[in-house]
Parts: sequence; C-alpha cells; structure tokens
Amino acid sequence: MEKMLAAMMGGTVVSLEVFFLTLLFSLPLGLVITAGHMSKIAVVRIPVRIFMLIVRGTPLILQLIFIYFAPYYIFKLSYNRFTAAIIAFSINYACYFAEIYRGGIEAIPKGQYEASFVLGFTKAQTFFRIILPQVIKTIIPATGNEVITLVKDTALAQTIGVAELFRVAQTASSREFSTTPIFVAGVFYLIMNWAVTVGFDKLEKKLSYYR
Amino acid sequence: MEVITVKNIRKTFGASEILKDISFSVHTGEVLGIIGPSGSGKSTLLRCVTQLETVSDGTIKICGDTLVSGINADGRPNYADEATRRRIMLKIGLVFQNFNLFPHFNVMRNITEAQRLVLGTPKQQAEDTAVMLLEKIGLADKADLYPYQLSGGQQQRVSIARALALKPEVLCFDEPTSALDPELTGEILKVIRALAEEKMTMIVVTHEMAFARDLSNKIIFMDKGVIVEEGDAKEVINNPKNERTRAFLSKY
Repeated sequence: MEKMLAAMMGGTVVSLEVFFLTLLFSLPLGLVITAGHMSKIAVVRIPVRIFMLIVRGTPLILQLIFIYFAPYYIFKLSYNRFTAAIIAFSINYACYFAEIYRGGIEAIPKGQYEASFVLGFTKAQTFFRIILPQVIKTIIPATGNEVITLVKDTALAQTIGVAELFRVAQTASSREFSTTPIFVAGVFYLIMNWAVTVGFDKLEKKLSYYR
Repeated sequence: MEVITVKNIRKTFGASEILKDISFSVHTGEVLGIIGPSGSGKSTLLRCVTQLETVSDGTIKICGDTLVSGINADGRPNYADEATRRRIMLKIGLVFQNFNLFPHFNVMRNITEAQRLVLGTPKQQAEDTAVMLLEKIGLADKADLYPYQLSGGQQQRVSIARALALKPEVLCFDEPTSALDPELTGEILKVIRALAEEKMTMIVVTHEMAFARDLSNKIIFMDKGVIVEEGDAKEVINNPKNERTRAFLSKY
C-alpha cells in the first residue's frame, strides 16, 4: 500500500508538471492565436483559423501521437516524450484559450476603445491597461472550466509513454490485481481540481471590486 | 482666433452620404451648439473632428495644425502624419453620451491615468490636478469610488474631469445628457455652464434646446447631413428662418 502511494505520488508530480508547463505556455500562446484570428490581414487570419479548426477538430490523443511520432517518421528524429506531451498540450489548450479570449475581448464595449483613443493612449497602452484587465475578469469562469479539464486531460500523456498519475495507477492496478489504485487516482484528481476551483474562486473574488 | 476651421467636409459610408459639404468655424472662448434630429450627422461631425472617424473629403484645421486637407490623387483624404494627428488629438477633449469611464479604475485613476501615461505627468502632480477638478465638479469625496458606485450624473461629471485633466484647448460634448434623467441632466448642464463662464472653447451636440440657446454663442442646425441654418444662438432658436428648423424646434 505504501509502495503504491509512493509510486502514485511520483505520478502526480509528473501530472502536475504537465499541468503547470501547459498553462505556462498555452495561456500566452492563446493570446497570440487570438490576435491572429482577429487580424484584419487575411494571410494571417485564414491560416490561423484553419489551424484552429484542425486543433479543435481532432482528438488531443491523436495530436499527442502526431507530435511525438511525426518528427521520427519524417526526419528520423526521436526526442523526449515529456517534451512532446508539453508541446501537444500547449498547442491544443492555446487554441481553446484563444476562443475564450476572443469572446472576452469582443464583450468589451467599443466605447472603451474610443475613450482610450481620444485620451491619447497608444494601442498597446489601451490593450494592456484598459482592455485586458477587463477581459480577464469576464473570462475567469470559462477559463476555470478549461483548466479543470486540463487536470484530467493530463492522463492522456500516457498515450506516448509519459508515466503520469493515471498510468502509474493502472500499472499498480494490474500488478496487484485490484482496482483500488484506479480509484485512489480518482481521489487525487479530485483533490487537484478542488484546489483549482478554490484558486479560481479566490481570483474571481479579488476582481469583484468593480462591475 | 479660429480654433477650429472646418471647410467643405464630406463623409460617406458606402453609398450613403452622412455629411454633405459642411463648413463652420469656432473661435477661442466660443461655445458652438449643434442641434438637429437623430441621424442628421451631428455626432458623425463631432467624431470627424475628434478623429474617431475620418472624413471622405474636405479640410479640418485645429489650433493652427491641419488635420486633413482635401483629397490626394488617389481620391483618399489627405490626412496629416501620425505625429501631427496625435498632437491635434491631445488638444481636443471629448465627452461621450454614455460616459465610457474605465470601470476597473476608481475615480482618481480614471482622471490620472491619461495624464501619467500620455503626458508623463508625475503621480503627485496628476493627483493634485484630479483633486482640483473633483472639487470643481463637486465630487471631491468620491475619489476612491468605482464608476459603478456612482449615479449616471456623477459618472458623466467624472468623465468631464477626465477630459479636462489633459488641459485640452477645445472640449466636445456628444449628447452629454441623453443617457440621463432630467434631474441628473441639471448637474451636467451646471458643470458645462461653469466651463463656459471660464471661457472654455466648446462644441456641444445636444437635444436640450433651452440650454443650447442660453449657453451657446452660435448654433448650427443640421438635417440630413447639411447645415440648414446657423447663426446667433438666440436668433436661431427663438426666430428660426428656415422652415425645417421651425418644424424641428416646434416639437420642443
């Protein structure tokens, strides 16, 4: 039992690494994709939209396999599984975050841009000082949803052999002829998502100082 | 001195012509009232002067700088370079119909943010200016509140202070009381009247006829994109010469 829990803690650390690294890369990358999606320049906008269609329109599990194996088949290049998982997760989640951002940006009244313009703010000042802080407030619930899904989706990293929590639980399960490790893993995911929920609640409260 | 000179400007959106050959001028210390039915082009005219819209043709000069002069060979309006446009922009303030305060900033920061970011004013000095303006508009005790905690009239007064903080040469108002009930309208008119007494140059688009008459030096009546009648404020409103002006004013 103790050995099993120790192994599962190790798996949890890997899951958390996937989780935090994915957030670290996908949250800003999503903003770049939004900018591309909303661009007035067609040669930027159209490829970005096609890219988003592909990423959101195919299974994440397939994307993991593609990102890990494609370089091998094309260039005979093999690389770290963990790195491949982070790349696949980051791209995938960035596309979902991008749509959440876009929704938030489009919800800001035109008058905010006009007032900023007339007061002489530059475009960058307008975006980072006036628009973005308001966008963050409006997108917190939708982003929280996505982040909770990410906690559970980290289990997919095992497809390309990353020994994350669920993989470790399954291995323990077959070794011990018992489903207990699987359910213990379930509790682990639940605890992680409880923490995520508390975090987002706090953030929402922190930004409730205005309406 | 002419602060704003507008000559023969046109504005088209696709096939429809919103402004047709508009010319007028505003002198230092003068208040120009612009009246007319909805859709007559008053707001568009103000938006062209404040650069929120571009004209299709014509000349606009503001405080000695030329914003736009006619059209180029390719038929596009000949606008000044970025630096000039920006310089002109800072000389003109605009107060919106629906305030457009920044909801995530408190009253103080709404007034200081542009001073600090755009003019580079030091924090203390920007706040001193804000306090002075808040006293002037009677909201000295509201500096720490957020816009949602204020009434519409108070929000509009803050937005006037926000515009004044940049010390513009001209202040434009786009139907500043249209989103307010009559009681709150009074608060705003009082502030604008005080500014007029200080000889602030202003352009006021409004539906408040009595106010336009008492406050303005000059009135322009617009309809369907043209200036139908213009002249001395009392003359235009009390004794309109044009049939269309008379019909419009009879409804007030």
